[in-house]
Amino acid sequence: MAIATFQILRGDASNTRVESYSIEVSEGMVVLDAVHAIQATQANDLAVRWNCKAGKCGSCSAEINGMPKLMCMTRLSDLPLDKPVLLQPMKAFPLIKDLVTDVSWNFAVKKKIKKFKPRKPDNPDGTWRMAQEDIDRVQEFRKCIECFLCQDVCHVLREHQLHDQFIGPRYLVYTAALEMHPLDVEDRLEDLKKEDGIGYCNITKCCTKVCPEDITITDNAIIPLKERVVDRFYDPLKKLFRIFRFKK
Amino acid sequence: MPSYDTHNYDVLVIGAGGAGLRAAIEASAAGVSVGLICKSLLGKAHTVMAEGGIAAALANVDERDNWKVHFADTMRGGQYLNNWRMAELHAKEAPDRVKELEAWGALFDRTKDGLILQRNFGGHKYPRLAHVGDRTGLEMIRTLQDHGIHLGIEVHMECTITSLLMGGDRVTGAFGYEREKGRFKIFKSNAIVLATGGVGRAYKITSNSWEYTGDGMSLAYHAGAELIDMEFLQFHPTGMIWPPSVQGILVTEGVRGEGGILLNKNGERFMFSDIPELYRNQTADNEEEGWRYTQGDRNARRPPELLTRDHVARCIVRQIKEGKGSPHNGVFLDISWIKNKIPHAAEHIKKKLPSMYHQFKKLADIDITMEPMEVGPTTHYMMGGIRVDADTQMSTIPGLFAAGECAAGLHGSNRLGGNSLSDLLVFGKRAGEYAAKFSKENKGGHLNEEEIASAAKNALEPFERNEGESPFQIQYDLQEMMQELVGIVRHEEELWRAVEHLKMLHDRAARVKIVGNREYNPGWHTALDLQHLLTISAAITIAAIERKESRGAHFREDYPQKDEQSGKFNLVIKKNADGEMKLRREPIKEVRTDLQQIIEEMK
Repeated sequence: MAIATFQILRGDASNTRVESYSIEVSEGMVVLDAVHAIQATQANDLAVRWNCKAGKCGSCSAEINGMPKLMCMTRLSDLPLDKPVLLQPMKAFPLIKDLVTDVSWNFAVKKKIKKFKPRKPDNPDGTWRMAQEDIDRVQEFRKCIECFLCQDVCHVLREHQLHDQFIGPRYLVYTAALEMHPLDVEDRLEDLKKEDGIGYCNITKCCTKVCPEDITITDNAIIPLKERVVDRFYDPLKKLFRIFRFKK
Repeated sequence: MPSYDTHNYDVLVIGAGGAGLRAAIEASAAGVSVGLICKSLLGKAHTVMAEGGIAAALANVDERDNWKVHFADTMRGGQYLNNWRMAELHAKEAPDRVKELEAWGALFDRTKDGLILQRNFGGHKYPRLAHVGDRTGLEMIRTLQDHGIHLGIEVHMECTITSLLMGGDRVTGAFGYEREKGRFKIFKSNAIVLATGGVGRAYKITSNSWEYTGDGMSLAYHAGAELIDMEFLQFHPTGMIWPPSVQGILVTEGVRGEGGILLNKNGERFMFSDIPELYRNQTADNEEEGWRYTQGDRNARRPPELLTRDHVARCIVRQIKEGKGSPHNGVFLDISWIKNKIPHAAEHIKKKLPSMYHQFKKLADIDITMEPMEVGPTTHYMMGGIRVDADTQMSTIPGLFAAGECAAGLHGSNRLGGNSLSDLLVFGKRAGEYAAKFSKENKGGHLNEEEIASAAKNALEPFERNEGESPFQIQYDLQEMMQELVGIVRHEEELWRAVEHLKMLHDRAARVKIVGNREYNPGWHTALDLQHLLTISAAITIAAIERKESRGAHFREDYPQKDEQSGKFNLVIKKNADGEMKLRREPIKEVRTDLQQIIEEMK
């Protein structure tokens, strides 16, 4: 059986090192299997997050040979095993220990986004009618498993660390899902422009590339939101109209 | 005594899957302060893995459906060991709970008229499962999460409870640790809702994640609550089996709901050769009729692939034992064959079963639109659990409530697919509502310092040894043993051997060694989880010994038939004053006349 070597970042924020571990590789193995094998036999205290092991919960996000990926969906057969596989935690968030980072910022951001506000029910029994065509695009956004890989790869967060000024691709997708929800009547455009910092996104599409759910984050969520913001705040005719109305 | 980080809530909810979130939302709506404990991050609980849908008699697709049919289906599926009052409440309230999700932002797939679409599932007479492709659980947990975060609920993520704290004969708090630093936390609360899910990690092949170590059931048991129906553990008939690393990952019943068929290595559709008496009238006797059923023909009967999970799992095991299995000891599940029946089949499959397509393509190099999948049974769901009052969900301990998989009663000896998500909503809500009420009416619970000191001592004990075994090894050995001796097909002699093994594992677990410190240390967490796993594995095993018949998910090779007398009781487990696990038979309360009439009419 083949042997693979993994170089895993170990330690906490105050002290990190890279440790090497070798394990036997079996057919169909994914990176998370390798991490579990190492944890069970060589490093019982190796910290890693995981739950479903089937790409549905978005817990096991990490950087595999520098690429943000889910460890449970990355097969060893797709990696060059003639050299060590480098496993690191997500870079955009503070390190807790080993492969685990502090992602609490994401949860705090979500809480600040105005919640779903439906229009009055269509029917006396409190229900609505919606056509499948009208919900297709929102269903795409709701596939998000909150793995935060898009946040990790986004240069505004990763390189510039503008966590206090920009909500990141995940929450632009979340806002898009609310804004384009056929029942929603809330208005989030001003927040998008100001607090959420949508202008920081310069459409490099890195987020779309790493999304394990294949959500077309930039084209389907962010660009339409940017257009809505532009229409509202930068449309010259509307601007003139607003000035006129203001003066009156 | 050292001072620990202490929190006070009117209601504490332990577990943040569908049931826990729904309970927290309801308690919060009742105007009390609520704390919510997640073992993982918020939104990652196992509910997220549920694929097929939420069973609710909305009658959007077939107007003949109503709560009575759903009730009768649930009772039949559970072979009449169900708590009938729970089955009644569940069937009546599920539609409102689903509509409520829509009002909170959920977007279910639609009918042509713009209503919530419903799909066929095993054991449900009419298309009943509200769904979103095959990611319904994600839609449900995200909707509850996104609604819940705006209600002032305090969420403690990556926090594990290791003991319940008692003030006299009622529960008054919980003791646990947070993963990041390994520091202890105390939660003082006059009412606690357990919503911790199941115990799949006691088995080697399972669809469950690391969290499902029977925590809630074990916490309740050690606090003195009763467990019920512990012999009934569901093996989902279709888990992935190849490659080895994906063994156990769920393949939704939705595949069969959309027309998927089960075949042995000779290409025979073996499910037609064994249709139980209880379902004969409702099951197609030819392939053509079965196909028409999956395509919405109201006059057709369901194909035998959509019989209940216990039965389908056993039929698969039998094929394998008879040497008719697939190359990797499973059978074939084929949805690709529908290309002979409908145009654009590949697109249709990808639209209806997107995550199955993705999962097989990525993990097994199989294109399910082109070729069959290899599948076999996987440990999936615990029907048994904490005994609760049907209406309030209170356990036998005042102030201690339970909902969802860790509670028991609704499903009897076998759960129908889709009845779990609806269970979480219906009884999560009830647990939250009644926990809030209890808390308002029963203030002034106190904590016992000695109990806290002893909980802390127990949790730290594994750190005291310089030598010992790895907790992971003990967990592996337990999983191998339970899979082998207390699995789908059981035998008295093997079950007694399991009892012996459990004793040895128990001794080994008392000698585990922890590497490293308290900060985010999975070795330590596994050592603590092992205690719960061993307790619940023992409960499963002794109940399996006591039920000397085959019914629902419990199949005894040495007693292969259903026994009429055994259908008249549930098995109840409780810790006695000497700390021993005691088991007793509890006669089933006679079904209310009007409900019995419904059962008879629908037979």
